[in-house]
Amino acid sequence: MSRMVVNATVNGEPVEFLAGGGQSLLDALRDELRLTGSKEGCGTGDCGACSVIVDGRLVCACLMLAPEAEGTRIETIEGLADNGHLHPLQHQFLEQAALQCGFCTPGLLMASKALLDRNADPTESEVRYWLAGNMCRCTGYDKVVRAVMDAAADLRQAEKPR
Amino acid sequence: MSDGNQGGVNLKVVGQRPIRPDGVDKVTGRAQFGADFHLPGMLTGRIKRSPHAHARVVSIDTRAAEKLPGVKAIVTSADFDAGAAGEVEAGESHAAMKEVAANCLAHGKVLYQGHAVAAVAATQPEIAAEALDLIEVTYEVLPHVIDVEAAMAADAPVLHDDMYTKGVTPKPGKASNVAAKHVMGRGDVAAAFKAAGVIVEGSYETAAVHQGYIEPHACVASWGADGQSTIWCSSQGQFLVRAMVAKILNMPLSDIKVIPAEIGGGFGGKTTVYLEPVALALSRKCGRPVKIVMSREEVFLASGPTSGAVMDVRLAATKDGKITGAEMTLKYQAGAFQGSPVNLGLMTAFACYDVESLALTGYDVVSNRPKVAAYRAPGAPMAAFAVESAIDDLALKLGMDPIDLRLLNAVRDGAKTVYGATVRCCALVETLEAIKASPHYQTPVGKGQARGVAAGFWFNVGGESSAAVHVDEDGGVTVVSSNPDIGGSRASMAMMAAERLGLPIERVRCTVADTTSIGYSGSTGGSRVTFATGMAVVEAAQKIVADLKRRAAQTWECDIAMVEWKDGVATCIDPAKDVKPLSMKAIAGKSAKTGGPIAAEVSLNAQGAAAGFGVHVCDLEIDPETGRTTVVRYTAAQDVGRAIHPAYVEGQLQGGAAQGIGWALNEEYVYGKSGLLENASFLDYRMPVASDLPMIDTILIETKPNPRHPFGAKGVGEVPIVPPLAAVSNAVSRIVGRRMTSLPMSPAKVLAEMAK
Amino acid sequence: MPRVTSISGRIADFTGGVSAFQVEARTVRALMRELEGRFPGLGDFVEDQMALAIDGEIFQDALGAEIGADSEIVLIPKIAGG
Ligand code: FES
Ligand code: FES
Repeated sequence: MSRMVVNATVNGEPVEFLAGGGQSLLDALRDELRLTGSKEGCGTGDCGACSVIVDGRLVCACLMLAPEAEGTRIETIEGLADNGHLHPLQHQFLEQAALQCGFCTPGLLMASKALLDRNADPTESEVRYWLAGNMCRCTGYDKVVRAVMDAAADLRQAEKPR
Repeated sequence: MSDGNQGGVNLKVVGQRPIRPDGVDKVTGRAQFGADFHLPGMLTGRIKRSPHAHARVVSIDTRAAEKLPGVKAIVTSADFDAGAAGEVEAGESHAAMKEVAANCLAHGKVLYQGHAVAAVAATQPEIAAEALDLIEVTYEVLPHVIDVEAAMAADAPVLHDDMYTKGVTPKPGKASNVAAKHVMGRGDVAAAFKAAGVIVEGSYETAAVHQGYIEPHACVASWGADGQSTIWCSSQGQFLVRAMVAKILNMPLSDIKVIPAEIGGGFGGKTTVYLEPVALALSRKCGRPVKIVMSREEVFLASGPTSGAVMDVRLAATKDGKITGAEMTLKYQAGAFQGSPVNLGLMTAFACYDVESLALTGYDVVSNRPKVAAYRAPGAPMAAFAVESAIDDLALKLGMDPIDLRLLNAVRDGAKTVYGATVRCCALVETLEAIKASPHYQTPVGKGQARGVAAGFWFNVGGESSAAVHVDEDGGVTVVSSNPDIGGSRASMAMMAAERLGLPIERVRCTVADTTSIGYSGSTGGSRVTFATGMAVVEAAQKIVADLKRRAAQTWECDIAMVEWKDGVATCIDPAKDVKPLSMKAIAGKSAKTGGPIAAEVSLNAQGAAAGFGVHVCDLEIDPETGRTTVVRYTAAQDVGRAIHPAYVEGQLQGGAAQGIGWALNEEYVYGKSGLLENASFLDYRMPVASDLPMIDTILIETKPNPRHPFGAKGVGEVPIVPPLAAVSNAVSRIVGRRMTSLPMSPAKVLAEMAK
Repeated sequence: MPRVTSISGRIADFTGGVSAFQVEARTVRALMRELEGRFPGLGDFVEDQMALAIDGEIFQDALGAEIGADSEIVLIPKIAGG
């Protein structure tokens, strides 16, 4: 099987890996780079468990081909905490018990980060529509939505000039 | 228990909302789920599945596949121990192991599309996929039957020619698809109907729905040359996996170590095996670790779902609304092998109500669908849908408030259930009253909207559990649980231990042990973990306290009765002794000198689980153009005994309600004429997403703690999926102006009803 | 004497249709023995596949549980769950 060398930046670090032509970015992250925090719930772009941010854009890693990652900047769940300090989203998910099994959580966190990166003050319904591509079967979304809105408030607070 | 059930007073940890011990791993991507394990030399396993709904397997030719470079092993049902028999506890019923084996790899016949026929292990996923194509299976296609009533018909194609309906005398002379008939009841139903002031009746049906856990089934199995094997897998019970694999592969239990991975949802669907025996059989053939992960399509085709049902219900009541008698018939799909939860449907159907005369009949029916698996309160939601719809009809007929009607008929302590249990520590009345008093119910229904109410019941169970508590040398504590943590149980275990030991929660950690590191435990299911495993944790903590007191007494050379343990500190209450209190840390640091390590393990078979009751209210609106229903407000109240970690209890209510709303409105298995599933993907099998739902308000009723649990806990996980089906449909029926009798109430169905 | 009834029609497969009877047993273990003795196969079936309600309380896999002189025993399907 012909495989090609892919160079990209993952969570701020340069990486080089071999990818098959038909291999998804998700498989490359999980199997080649052993970044198993991104999950596969469907492989067809429907559940969002594989959500990562590529060049600032939220994508389903299961739908992107690994070779397409050449030259990109990829953010995954493994890079969300900053040197061991949890991101406000991670903190709020824990505080609010916004996860039960936790399988959807990495994807939900990355999707929420992508939202807050572009909208610092989303309404409840903006959060709900933005996260509509991220399925969670355990929580009924109530605590997830609250956690995202509270994390947004935390971030706004932190941004405020003192 | 001396200070158990403290009525909520003086509890310092129980009832708080600390961060779960496994939380950081789960928000940082470090938590290892079933598909996340990787071993050196590991192979990829893939499964060849039937393209037919029903066929005889004439031959399986694996020669071409075996020759493909990179293919290391191929197995079929011939590689399972043919004599495998016996029973292992599983889900809602006792699955015959032979059938579990034949479900993992078909034996002689394939009984549904997606039924596994062979499996391969290869060095690369692509090679495994190619090998599957090279395996040649010759089928003789047989007529199939999908729907439950069609499967019961006299001329239906019969799936198992050795299946004679159980529970009928005399024994039938002819094989059929009706695996069993169940009858239960009491009183004089005919008389009740004769004397009735009002009678309501209806026929209902629900579609088969999938548990819908986001994590597909996954495992890694590694066979050792001496037979000692290890399995890493995502399941609701590591001991259950061990038992089933041992039976299917005819191995001693002690040769199999099952390491529970984190589990990405189960809801009952992971209380059996699909992949594990196959992966281990492959590994046994080639001596290398084998990983198998299902695709989402495989999850839909070959795991889960729960029964679709066809139901008739008839109620007799007095003019003022007292229900005096009821008749009900349930026909539940079992899937390809017997074992639908129909008996649980019968037992739960009227469990919320004190009805004198009941005549209940249930049929367990096989058809060419995947074998059903347990799904959250197995069997109860569909039966409750029918009963709660009928009660809604009764309320309409009598012009009564639906809560008042339910209050009039609600079971109270001392009532007899149809299945022989006596109701105790039941807070159904309080739960109904809480909904009635809720801001939601007190707010008038919005313009163009309608409101539905329904109640639900689940037994909750206890059973076998083990737990250990280890005191570290620095006075911290590790709790070892025997149950996979599916929704925060590490937190509740640690909290109960911390409460009993008098420690802050940060000093107590909790881990989930593999099958070699803790005593046996039943699965994480039946809403039993906080109750039964929690009981083991508390008893172990109790033993630790006794041991700590003994050591303090030894140190002080006083009578143990003079030692008091409070807030993690031993104090001598003998006024004659002038000694300083001893902290956990001080005692633990000197443990070598007072008898060695401080640890306790408790194994028990917990009895005394208390049933739970829930009442939900739902406001919704329907777009008259599209027929699409939108739930705009939802409140769930539940009798929980005591909430150990209220946030996770609320989460159970919210998650159960969301699943129930999906069941009511969208989810269903859709089959085409050829007996093939038409919607085996998340895109086409429509589960609720964030934009489909409102916030789900919760009310936890803690007025009746369970006296048989040290802190009063009842199971909470299953009840909340029982009421939503009818809560939603009762509201939809109001808007449509006609009783909705068939789930899901998809937009097309709603439009059709509105047009009538 | 303790009285046994069943809510499951399945036991009729073993008893030839009898659905209520009296027993001597004073523990669940003795009850299983007695059932097996009277209706071969029934004791094992009940022990493996059923639970009991003794005077309104459910017991699962509790062979040691006691039965009173006037206890009402109901054989019920085992309850597990999701
Ligand atoms: S795995 Fe990528 S969307 Fe589901
Ligand atoms: S927490 Fe389990 S799927 Fe979201």
